[in-house]
Amino acid sequence: MSRAAGRGAAQRPPLPLIFAAGAVVALLLLPLAYLGIRVASGGRVLEILGEASTWRLVWSTALLAAGVVAASVLVGVPLAWLVTRTDLPARRIWSAAGALPLVIPSYVAAFCLLGFFGERGLLGDALGVERLPEIRGYWGSLAALTLATYPYVFLLTQAALRDLDPSLEEAARGLGTSGWRIFLRVTGPAIRPAVGLGALLVALYTFSDFGVVSLMDYDTLTRAIYVQYKSLFDRAPAATLALLLVALTAVALVVESRTRRRGRLYRGGPGSLRPQPIVRLGRWTAPALAFCSVLVGLFLVLPAGVLAYWLTRGLANDRKLEIPWNEAVNSLTASGLAAVVAVIAALPVALLALRYRSRTSRLLERLSYAGNALPGLVIALSLVFFAARYATPVYQTLALLVFAYIVRFFSQGLSGVESALERVNPRYEEAARSLGRGPVQTLALVTAPLVRSGVLAGAALVFLSAMKELPATLLLRPIGFETLATEIWGLTQVGAYSRAALPALTLIVVSAPVLYLVSSSRHVASGSSG
Amino acid sequence: MKALVCMVALLAVVAGCGGGSDDTITVYSGREEELVAPLFELFIEETGIEVEVRYGDSAELAATIAEEGENSPADVFWAQDPGSLGAVEDHLDPLSEGILGQVSEQYRDDEGRWVGTSGRSRVLVYSTDALSEDEVPDSVFDLADPRWKGRVGIAPTNASFQAFVTAMRLSAGDDATRQWLLDLEKNDPKEYEKNTPIVEAVAAGEVDLGLVNHYYLYLVRKEQPDAPIANHFLAAGDPGALVSVAGVGVLESADEASTAERFVEFLLSPEAQRFYVDDAEEAEYPLIEGIEPREGLPPLDELAGPEVDLTSFGAEHEATIELLRETGYLT
Repeated sequence: MSRAAGRGAAQRPPLPLIFAAGAVVALLLLPLAYLGIRVASGGRVLEILGEASTWRLVWSTALLAAGVVAASVLVGVPLAWLVTRTDLPARRIWSAAGALPLVIPSYVAAFCLLGFFGERGLLGDALGVERLPEIRGYWGSLAALTLATYPYVFLLTQAALRDLDPSLEEAARGLGTSGWRIFLRVTGPAIRPAVGLGALLVALYTFSDFGVVSLMDYDTLTRAIYVQYKSLFDRAPAATLALLLVALTAVALVVESRTRRRGRLYRGGPGSLRPQPIVRLGRWTAPALAFCSVLVGLFLVLPAGVLAYWLTRGLANDRKLEIPWNEAVNSLTASGLAAVVAVIAALPVALLALRYRSRTSRLLERLSYAGNALPGLVIALSLVFFAARYATPVYQTLALLVFAYIVRFFSQGLSGVESALERVNPRYEEAARSLGRGPVQTLALVTAPLVRSGVLAGAALVFLSAMKELPATLLLRPIGFETLATEIWGLTQVGAYSRAALPALTLIVVSAPVLYLVSSSRHVASGSSG
Repeated sequence: MKALVCMVALLAVVAGCGGGSDDTITVYSGREEELVAPLFELFIEETGIEVEVRYGDSAELAATIAEEGENSPADVFWAQDPGSLGAVEDHLDPLSEGILGQVSEQYRDDEGRWVGTSGRSRVLVYSTDALSEDEVPDSVFDLADPRWKGRVGIAPTNASFQAFVTAMRLSAGDDATRQWLLDLEKNDPKEYEKNTPIVEAVAAGEVDLGLVNHYYLYLVRKEQPDAPIANHFLAAGDPGALVSVAGVGVLESADEASTAERFVEFLLSPEAQRFYVDDAEEAEYPLIEGIEPREGLPPLDELAGPEVDLTSFGAEHEATIELLRETGYLT
């Protein structure tokens, strides 16, 4: 596959494609431009970089991201393998339940973990013990963020396992390699790019998260940026810290590139889409079921259970129940638009990077990630800055809110489009071209249908992330435009958890069908597994 | 493709909507919708003026106003604390004397750019299971005593705690404040994100005392009616007895300054002020003459906090943050 695409490198990409991809990436870099302006207006860069506390923050942020990535891989990959490649009972249910935590906003996850395991939590009540060990800090943050992000690894790995060319493993088996070795030597390397991409999304999310670390009282760069903004007097130091986050993103991108490159060595050669051989678990069935039960219990049943408990407590206090329909419709509208536009915008960037490989196209693609680790507040303020000055007609409209979602979650849309495009054999496109079809026709008639399921998966990831987005929504939404996330925020602000439980459960319920769509969509890109 | 065209068309239509008329004002509210929405409804009902409210965090809205600059769509900024108003004071127009005169000098800006709309006192919330009221200290300085080790909850990243530290700096001096912070740190206070979780922690027996604003007690009671919690008001002059305000100002960028001022006038009208006494969940102090606070609260003029100037809090904030960093409360 890489060699096949390599042939394309000799071609010059069509000008409209360059223009489209360039325009998309330029728009995505607006937050960076804003940070540049703020730092230039007196960011005290050297002073801040010289402080030991700054580097402690970088360290603690990196440590958290590394922990969450490791935990997400340890949880997401085995789960994906179990539900895709084994005879585990009720695979489909485990598959859907394993992806569902993606729709639980991380701050809600943190609330729920604290509400259950916290010192004054339900568990302590149930056991009748006065004090439980402290779960806040590093481990609490790690648990809540793993809950919220491991589905990225799970979903992308699952897709890769489904599309894996069975002949690879068959060949290995034919050579007398045993079960575990096949996984380590063949399956593992082949899915490594997908796992790497999932891990990258996990790291970016962890970098940008504020909700969990503030509730769990763990210091990261993002938390420090918020504290800076709240201290009101000077916005420049926050910008310097935000640029450090961009630097951390660059490190994460380099690491991810390496896993991708090493992974590609093992892919290649065409293969047909045949059903994957199913591994019989035998006496491992019980442990596997236990593993899935613990995960789903901890990451889905527990948070949903805590929310349900709060809901019933509210009912017991004679609260009237109003299902937040309006908010749900608003959330669905804004997130749906963001998902559609994000994958459309991702197409030219992915096409350029994968079909016309060059240093420049690669750089352009990597640049599109630059702002994705920035906290939502920073992205929101940067768009406030530009829109209020240079685009007043769109300021505080739905259009700008949708744009903000795309800036925040573009990488998730791109990941879906790219992973699908990587699996399409470029020879099909070349064939269409040689039969006299133009590039646009080829894209519409050949490429687009083949990448449909991947595009759908990318759109779904953007959609789900936008559904739970809070900081940019608060500042950029049209006045009076309430979403489920803002509703949850407003209620938890005044401690009304029993009433916040309903919009939180609604968020989970209305997002679930979209997840079903992702996990049931099969990649139909036949003819190439590499 | 058709769907795409429809989407874009829809976006364009939505983008085209909006835009205010003369009888509409836009308010950026750092005060929570759950608490103040009835006041907005009352205003609309009485004046026929339409109000568009953007709710958010006070500090984030202040940063938004600063980034918007001259093009801010906001006419009025109603904030949770004097610090947020101070951060945008350059963008505020002075209010008329008639408005300013209604509120005691200590609860408004020296130059008349914002005015307090309701008051709140810092208190010690305590667990009635663990302590009787006479065991609760009368001064925050007593919290450095080893007997309170591990028993106190604070929220150092929260604006209200930081304002209290500013008050201590201004009344007791930087050195005494630094010493107190260091002594308190040795007592392992438990840190929370903000006031409500502290009160909840006291209710659950996780800590016995918490440094909070007086009205969070009522919010937690609403959720847990039987919670074993009570407020203790500190001795006169103690920095822990700081009385601060939520306040409001009119922006320079306001299209109709007179309409915007009518909203400020309304917030100080007897009817709106009585809202805090009769209806509001959180029982803040009314600030105009002649309206007594809710039953059970000591009268406002008996709450003698430290002698400090709320207007200076914005400018003093940086030094407070620096001190909290130096003593390890913030990174």
